Amino acid sequence: MILKALLLKALSEAVGVSGDEGSVRAVVIEAVREHVDELKVDALGNVLVFKRGTDEPSASPESGGQRLRVMLDAHMDEIGLMVVGHDSDGFLRVRAVGGIDPRLLPGTLLQVGPERIPGVIGVKPIHLLEEGEGQKVPQLKDLVVDIGAASKDEASKLAPLGTYAAFATQFREIGPTVSGKAFDDRAGCAVLVELLKGDRFGFDLHAAFTVQEEVGLRGARVAAYAIAPDCAFALEGTIADDIPKDKDASPTTALGKGPAITVMDRSFIADRRLVRLLTDTARELKIPYQFKQPGIGGTDAGALHLARQGVPSVTVAVPCRYIHSPVALLSMDDFENTVQLMRQALSRITWRTLRRN
Amino acid sequence: MRELIRKLVGTHGPSGVEDQIRAVIRAEVEPLADELRVDPLGSLVVRKRGGGGGQRILLDAHMDEIGVMVTYVDEKGFVRFTRIGGVNPLNCVGGRVAFADGTVGVIAVEEKREDTKKVPRFEQLYIDVGATSGDDCPVGVGDAAVFVRPFLAQGTRLISKAMDDRIGCAVLVETLRRLEHTPHDVYFVFSVQEETTLSGARTSTYGIEPDLAIAVDVTGTGDTPECRPMAVKLGQGPAVKVQDRGMIAHPLVRDLLVRRAKEANVPYQLEVLEYGTTNAAAMQLVRAGVPSGCLSIPCRYIHTPSEMVDEEDVEHSVQLLLEVLQAA
Amino acid sequence: MEVIPLLKQLSEANGIAGYEEPVRELLRQTWQPFVDEMREGRLGSLIALKKGTGADGSAARQVPRPKLMLAAHMDEIGLMVTGVEKGFLRVARVGGTDRRVLLGLEVVVHGRRDLPGIVATRPPHVLPEEERNEVVPWDKLFVDVGLPAEEVEQLVAVGDLISIRREMVELKNRRVAGKAMDDRACVAAVTLALDQLAGVRHAWDVFAVATVQEESGLKGAITAAYGVAPDLAVALDVTFGKHPGVSEVDAFPLGEGPAIGVGPNFHPALVARLKEVAEIHEIPVHIEPIPGHSGTDAWAIQVSREGVPTGLISVPIRYMHQPVETLAAQDVERVGRLLAAFIAGLEADFLDRLAWDTTVEGE
Repeated sequence: MILKALLLKALSEAVGVSGDEGSVRAVVIEAVREHVDELKVDALGNVLVFKRGTDEPSASPESGGQRLRVMLDAHMDEIGLMVVGHDSDGFLRVRAVGGIDPRLLPGTLLQVGPERIPGVIGVKPIHLLEEGEGQKVPQLKDLVVDIGAASKDEASKLAPLGTYAAFATQFREIGPTVSGKAFDDRAGCAVLVELLKGDRFGFDLHAAFTVQEEVGLRGARVAAYAIAPDCAFALEGTIADDIPKDKDASPTTALGKGPAITVMDRSFIADRRLVRLLTDTARELKIPYQFKQPGIGGTDAGALHLARQGVPSVTVAVPCRYIHSPVALLSMDDFENTVQLMRQALSRITWRTLRRN
Repeated sequence: MRELIRKLVGTHGPSGVEDQIRAVIRAEVEPLADELRVDPLGSLVVRKRGGGGGQRILLDAHMDEIGVMVTYVDEKGFVRFTRIGGVNPLNCVGGRVAFADGTVGVIAVEEKREDTKKVPRFEQLYIDVGATSGDDCPVGVGDAAVFVRPFLAQGTRLISKAMDDRIGCAVLVETLRRLEHTPHDVYFVFSVQEETTLSGARTSTYGIEPDLAIAVDVTGTGDTPECRPMAVKLGQGPAVKVQDRGMIAHPLVRDLLVRRAKEANVPYQLEVLEYGTTNAAAMQLVRAGVPSGCLSIPCRYIHTPSEMVDEEDVEHSVQLLLEVLQAA
Repeated sequence: MEVIPLLKQLSEANGIAGYEEPVRELLRQTWQPFVDEMREGRLGSLIALKKGTGADGSAARQVPRPKLMLAAHMDEIGLMVTGVEKGFLRVARVGGTDRRVLLGLEVVVHGRRDLPGIVATRPPHVLPEEERNEVVPWDKLFVDVGLPAEEVEQLVAVGDLISIRREMVELKNRRVAGKAMDDRACVAAVTLALDQLAGVRHAWDVFAVATVQEESGLKGAITAAYGVAPDLAVALDVTFGKHPGVSEVDAFPLGEGPAIGVGPNFHPALVARLKEVAEIHEIPVHIEPIPGHSGTDAWAIQVSREGVPTGLISVPIRYMHQPVETLAAQDVERVGRLLAAFIAGLEADFLDRLAWDTTVEGE
């Protein structure tokens, strides 16, 4: 397996449900600490790093004698479950952390708690279903997690209230694609690590590996407030719905078509100057790119752009099929092109980019 | 004021793509400003320094309008879209939209829907710009368009798309024009991205740190057939907002507006809006809080292409704002 | 300080979200003897400071002392006049008023003067069958103040507030029921804590904040947290008490102690400390797993400025948002004791313990 896929594997397999990102934090810190000038962890658990720029602080009027401050963001947390109760038979009752599609839960394998206790979610066997029952999607409140515990007491000891559970999916290489869990947003984290490992840029680079995006863009909000950047890029893994459909309709993004740029989603509207910077760079250097279907989903940019007096922002994402399921799929070419596009676009950014005509 | 209003409502400026409307407003206000700047998200901030001894007051009207954005261009050149801001599919079918470059499209609905009695979903609508294939379609994913409907004056009623909130912008421009003396440090903010996320007002307010803030926006009326009950009526004066879905007006601001209206004999109404909100909801939460309120211009058919206001309400709104600014 | 009379005073005080003046004044007087400074936030939150002694044990002003913020909201849900029709008042809710409990409720309309009123609606005898079993929609609810139409028009205007009129009752086992226990019960708990801390030395500066407009979007918490800029925060709110119809998983028994929140909204080290203090002082507590939005001021405070490590202590109450909110007085006392003990034991360098682990596995 090549180095980049190894990094993605380590990130994908690390367990870090929103609020419990410690393991991912450790992988990230290990990967970047030698490549940055400063590193700290803030009150919420975000990893904030700083890499000084090489430019002479600009004398232009907009800059006020400062180097441009660019923020890059990727979130470390993944969706999962939390234990909220124990049945007398030893089953665990759970609630969703972040947005979980209940259709995906029957038949799933989980890792429960810091000891990564294996657990399963099963439902009533088909043989025993009543008329019409097979058509309904079981809701989370009716599902239980089975860790094999034999009593309520044993269940409470092994998985006390508040214990987190994540999908248990192994990362695999499948030729040009790779599969694994939590590509939203370990793919973005991997892209960010790659960017930090490269050469310095002209501007001061502030990167935030954030927490709790899935429960409300929480980490990004405080990180952007602390950093107060001049512009921000959120790096993501996003929906690719390019499977066969009845109608000629948008796939949201498609595998193999390159990094996906967000113009507008439910959380924010991208700054058009940053979008243009990306598309001009891509066209010139013949890097494939696509626009994500506008109006779908939300990302950390939704919080970043609101910091203090406002921060022009944009989101760039690696397309991933089945991003909402325990096993997602992405193309390593798309991953590479995302890193390339970001690196090249960032090397072209100056105070002039943010000027208004 | 009619010409100013006609110019403002007719300019292209959906949320996120406010360049054109900002340029038009800038041309109107630049000669009158003591200071002028465009902040990071694109809001236009005009400062009028007062004589002294007053407060720092922020007046806000949003420049952006609702619209649609291209999500997909199919093989035959038909365009699929999503909404920018609060657009109801009910108001789309048979309408026309215009893109920044002037391209116009017609909104149509799929004939084969399961239930033709229900309001169509956005996925069942499309825009026809007259293209013959995906390749020769002049618009692409991410392009934004606004509704097309020319400005019309009939008696004292003014009708157009984008009264929300170009009428508020017009009120601010006119107030700035007529403002002679004020003890207050006044910021006129023409903000962006209200219809989607209230982002412009929130961030501009952070940069200004006012003592109080007043949003100037439209509000609904309760005087049309079979409408939901609501106290505000067209032509009965600007409305002082008490509360809406997103915020409770600070009693300080609400009482200030009512007091000045009474003293100057400007007609006014009190407004409780049960759906929708304004920039004031965002401004009040900035930093350690800003006492905020809203001066609303009564408007029928909000978020349709034919929004209707009354000229006298508009004139009275300007008068009321001047009263607020000119007194200590 | 006796908890039941305190609860009665707070519960019966008026303070609808956005118009909290009456309860704020009551609190100002109540807290006055226990704090060093008090001020009002820009949206009306009451912010009281009880100074700590700092790291060196003296009250030296030069040394910046770390700041702890306690937040309990003083606003309650209510109604507002949206129109006057033939002497009857049309209404809208302020905050999350539950319309199922409004029918036949006695209220007070705060017009030119306070007017007693009743929430009226049409008798079932005259309604079509389908309507009799439906909860009355807002546009069919009216408030009747029993006066002729012309007089009503003189006395009441659009925007006037309407509060619920309810005296607190004492039930068995020191349980009490009344309106606005969400969240006046916790305001009471904070008051008890301040009382217990009088004359006790503690290192941290304590900002006791009675926030406004929690019920309409955590607005007081958002702005007060920015203004105070605390290093640590504990929010106090109510949670669901057990009763038939409410799932086991969501609710806590009355009289068996408060609940401590765990989940993304709360800093694990702070949660651990709260549990520790409870154990040492033999205060029974429950764990409340909250997988996301806690629905409390804690949610807003945690993401203020550069982030604030936050915790949540909740008092179980039955019938939330109904004018019969029921709780056990013992639980309120326990929260008071827990807070006082927590604050007294908070060492000046506690923040160092909150640092997230940056060591890598294997190091």
